[in-house]
Amino acid sequence: MGYVFDYSWIGEYSGVLLKGLWLTVWLILVGATFGVALGIFCAWVRALGPKWARPIVGAYVELIRNTPFLIQLFFIFFGLPSLGVQMGETQAALLAMIINLGAYGCEIVRAGIQATTKGQFEAGWSLGLSRIETFRHVVLIPALQRIWPALSSQIVIVMLGSAVVSQIAAEDISYAADFIQSRTFRAFETYIVATLIYLALAILLRQLLKGVGWVLFPKRSAAR
Amino acid sequence: MMEFSTWDIVRNLLLAARWTIVLSLVAFAGGATVGLVILFLRISKQKAARVFAGGYIELFQGTPLLMQLFLSFFGLSLLGVEVPAWLAASVALILWTASFLAEIWRGCVESIPKGQWEASASLGMGRFEQMRHVILPQALTIAIPPTVGFSVQVVKGTSLTSIIGFTELAKAGQVLTNATFMPFTVYGFVALIYFALCFPLSKSSQFLERKLNVAHRDH
Amino acid sequence: MSLIEITEVRKSFGDNEVLKGIDLNVEPGEVIAIIGKSGSGKSTLLRCINGLETINAGSIQVAGAQLATDELHLKALRLKVGMIFQGFNLFPHKTAGQNVMLSQMVVKKTPKPQAEEMAKKMLDRVGLGHKFDAYPDQLSGGQQQRVAIARALAMQPVALLCDEITSALDPELVQEVLAVVKELASEGMTLLMVTHEMRFARDVCSRVVFMHLGRVHEIGPPGEVFGNPKTPELRQFLGQTH
Repeated sequence: MGYVFDYSWIGEYSGVLLKGLWLTVWLILVGATFGVALGIFCAWVRALGPKWARPIVGAYVELIRNTPFLIQLFFIFFGLPSLGVQMGETQAALLAMIINLGAYGCEIVRAGIQATTKGQFEAGWSLGLSRIETFRHVVLIPALQRIWPALSSQIVIVMLGSAVVSQIAAEDISYAADFIQSRTFRAFETYIVATLIYLALAILLRQLLKGVGWVLFPKRSAAR
Repeated sequence: MMEFSTWDIVRNLLLAARWTIVLSLVAFAGGATVGLVILFLRISKQKAARVFAGGYIELFQGTPLLMQLFLSFFGLSLLGVEVPAWLAASVALILWTASFLAEIWRGCVESIPKGQWEASASLGMGRFEQMRHVILPQALTIAIPPTVGFSVQVVKGTSLTSIIGFTELAKAGQVLTNATFMPFTVYGFVALIYFALCFPLSKSSQFLERKLNVAHRDH
Repeated sequence: MSLIEITEVRKSFGDNEVLKGIDLNVEPGEVIAIIGKSGSGKSTLLRCINGLETINAGSIQVAGAQLATDELHLKALRLKVGMIFQGFNLFPHKTAGQNVMLSQMVVKKTPKPQAEEMAKKMLDRVGLGHKFDAYPDQLSGGQQQRVAIARALAMQPVALLCDEITSALDPELVQEVLAVVKELASEGMTLLMVTHEMRFARDVCSRVVFMHLGRVHEIGPPGEVFGNPKTPELRQFLGQTH
């Protein structure tokens, strides 16, 4: 093989890569926060919310989980403007990630809630807590603790999946890589570097989420 | 400009969906084969094999499928041949699928009680014979629901191959959008077709899982 | 030369030495009961003889086959000694008959008709010829354990290792399994069994080994060991179990 690898471009384009890295990090931090919140809300609706709302949330979850993220992204960015909903590529990317994670998060959190026994609900009510208070203190916290590892993996999957937001020209890591390789004609090396950045990000994100788990659920983690 | 009726759009999308199905089948069959090899390495007695398989899984599960597609596309062309998109797409999807299936199956193999290994060992079976006749047949039963469930991810994953230029459902959606300027309708139908492919798989996975749980409770 | 020669065997799990130098020779046709408190190392010793645990020092030899860690030596050894487990460990996806046939066909490459014939013979021997096509979950615990015995016998071992084979059984099912073992003993099969069934040990065994803290603490014919225990540890152990 006569090919000579060339990484000399990295210095010149490190700024571009950093800018892309920043958007990917921003997207996953904000997207995960709102996505998890949406997932919890949907899980609450499906488990304890008003009866009429449950099938709606169910349909949303099935629809998102059974279609590709790329199509959801295109639908939001290209399709919604024809309904008069206009947004920039970054907002569209963020919205798509939130909606996507919300659906998966809903199913994961729901699985955790279902493991809560009826006795625990009743214990909460008998102590004079309202339904919402019972949900928050008696059901949600133990449920979240139980499913935190699954939720963490899903967040990492969404981060990796976010690489396709470059396709609507949101300037993330993969967008930076596309840009650099079109200038340097060093496509293979460029995507190697971008891939390694994603890998490092995935490992760091996993550690970060483990840390968040320790902070959010200190007592029972310590007991284990 | 040519006029497109709704039926034209749907018909063209359905024709393109054939390639989504073919690519999914290739990725799944190839991924299962490679995944089985990775599984054997992952649970091997040799530390080097376990480390290699662990690294493989970490690499393919810890990086975006999109990057793997690009690396496959540009990496294969480094070998000096013109690489068709379908080839690069198949290679990347197979390797990616293998990493997930190997990890899913490892969980199933590890859930087989230790006594099964010990009993078959005490009867003189070697490691491969134990796997072949005792462990895998049992692991297979519990592996079916999560494996079917993962096939949904494979079908959805094929949509990314549109980005390296393979013409399947998602790519057809882009082309039709450009031709009709009706993104809402086109992507709506694209989503529906994906849904029609994936939803039955999701549901059967859940159904099989419930059936398996009931069977376990009966015993 | 004895049939089973265990010499200076030592085995540790981490810092915990569970076998502290075991010497034991077993002659052909002997039936040996190994008794002792839990944690005394009796099950570990049995598992070492079958190569399920690797030993740290010493040597084990069965009818000329030496215990070693490579698969070839292990296989040669395991073809000579069969093992029966506390938890039966039948293959749940195979019928009783297939359980008995599988290893003959896979390990010994016995043709199917012969393997089937042997399986029928062995299931008959444990009184379960009529259960050939039953799956393990359709059998009682006692029946499962008898199939496990038939499965081991079909490999025509020179000795059988029995690791608390009645401990997981309901009391009313214990006797049917012990009856099979007794039958085997009377036919001259060499048996090494870890057991809590003191009466059985007294009635059937030729020697009893009392293990304590990883050593053979006392050994002798049952009459001597049960009738006249020499050490306070054995006296205490027997006092507890009676």
